Amino acid sequence: MAQVTGGTLDRRAVVARLLEGRKDLLVVTGLGSASYDVMAAGDHDNNYYLWAAMGSAAMVGLGLARAQPDKSVVVITGDGEMLMGFGAIATIALQKPANLSIVVLDNGHFGETGMQISHAGRGIDLERVAEICGFSWTRAIKDMAAVDDLKPRLSTRDGTKFVTVKIRPENPPRVLPPRDGAYIKNRFRAALGHAPI
Amino acid sequence: MGVAETVPEYEAGWQENVFSVLKAHGVKHIVYVPDAGHSTAIKLAEADNEIQSVVLTTEEEGIGYLAGAWLGGERGALLMQSSGVGNCINTLALPAVARFPLLMVVTMRGDWAEFNGWQNPMGQATEKALNLMGVMTWRADEPAEVEPLLHGAASMAFNGDSSCALLLGQRLIGEKKWLK
Repeated sequence: MAQVTGGTLDRRAVVARLLEGRKDLLVVTGLGSASYDVMAAGDHDNNYYLWAAMGSAAMVGLGLARAQPDKSVVVITGDGEMLMGFGAIATIALQKPANLSIVVLDNGHFGETGMQISHAGRGIDLERVAEICGFSWTRAIKDMAAVDDLKPRLSTRDGTKFVTVKIRPENPPRVLPPRDGAYIKNRFRAALGHAPI
Repeated sequence: MGVAETVPEYEAGWQENVFSVLKAHGVKHIVYVPDAGHSTAIKLAEADNEIQSVVLTTEEEGIGYLAGAWLGGERGALLMQSSGVGNCINTLALPAVARFPLLMVVTMRGDWAEFNGWQNPMGQATEKALNLMGVMTWRADEPAEVEPLLHGAASMAFNGDSSCALLLGQRLIGEKKWLK
């Protein structure tokens, strides 16, 4: 296992490119920087931002994808958050929802807590784990051309996808999404036509 | 050498009741970490085309899954053993703070006539731990209690955007038989 700590891509530019001109994409974000990146790309009724429950982003995406099979669901999270939900890779691989993509912004570090090197940064390639578990399309993305190639695939609903995007280990200024979990839940559900209780 | 484990004999009926109450409440997702006490409900869920059944690697995955399903407009339930409650503690912040409905059905170990003392610490802490994290709890020790108590828990979960757990006591499930 080679030690590769992150990459050279700008996380904000990557997320902005992936979400630019989005139509009916449903987006779930892992706590921390991934939530700030998605917020920086523009708040949206179809975003659900997690502020806690570390390790849960991929599973929230799975539940949403299974309840909304005619929509495309994208989970955007960090390598540390995905590592805490490592078993979810196996759980999702068994379900194989065709409309779910997991995008791991991989800087190889725990960026929120002082930039300690993560398992990903010490040689665990999460996209290879997903591939071995049975995801239908996996990639390690290292340049913007590959980001452009990924973008339309998020909406094709033709297989469970998992990518790591190799980003620079840095913390851009925080752009904070709403912290009221019930508000963003009800806003998200309302956008899909579901009333509050 | 060691000891071999046998599946205990269950009272017929209450296990089917678990599944039928979930169905009656419109549950579309049954997510679980297996336990012998849930085997009937799991089997019925796997065989039902209207139910998405999902086997988990660890119980807290189910909390995230059910939050996602609810974001998409659908109800679900988490079936698990009491030892798994410990795995869920931090993740219970999600339904607590965002007021997601969460319905858990928990088979107890370390609760009554437990042979394996290693189950006792978590079994004895299960209900208190759930309560500490804002989960309302009920427990069934008799077969006839399962249906009304699960109906009550499901009603309060889905009508109140609340976290609710029904504990299925070890007296209900039956003493686990261990053979030398």
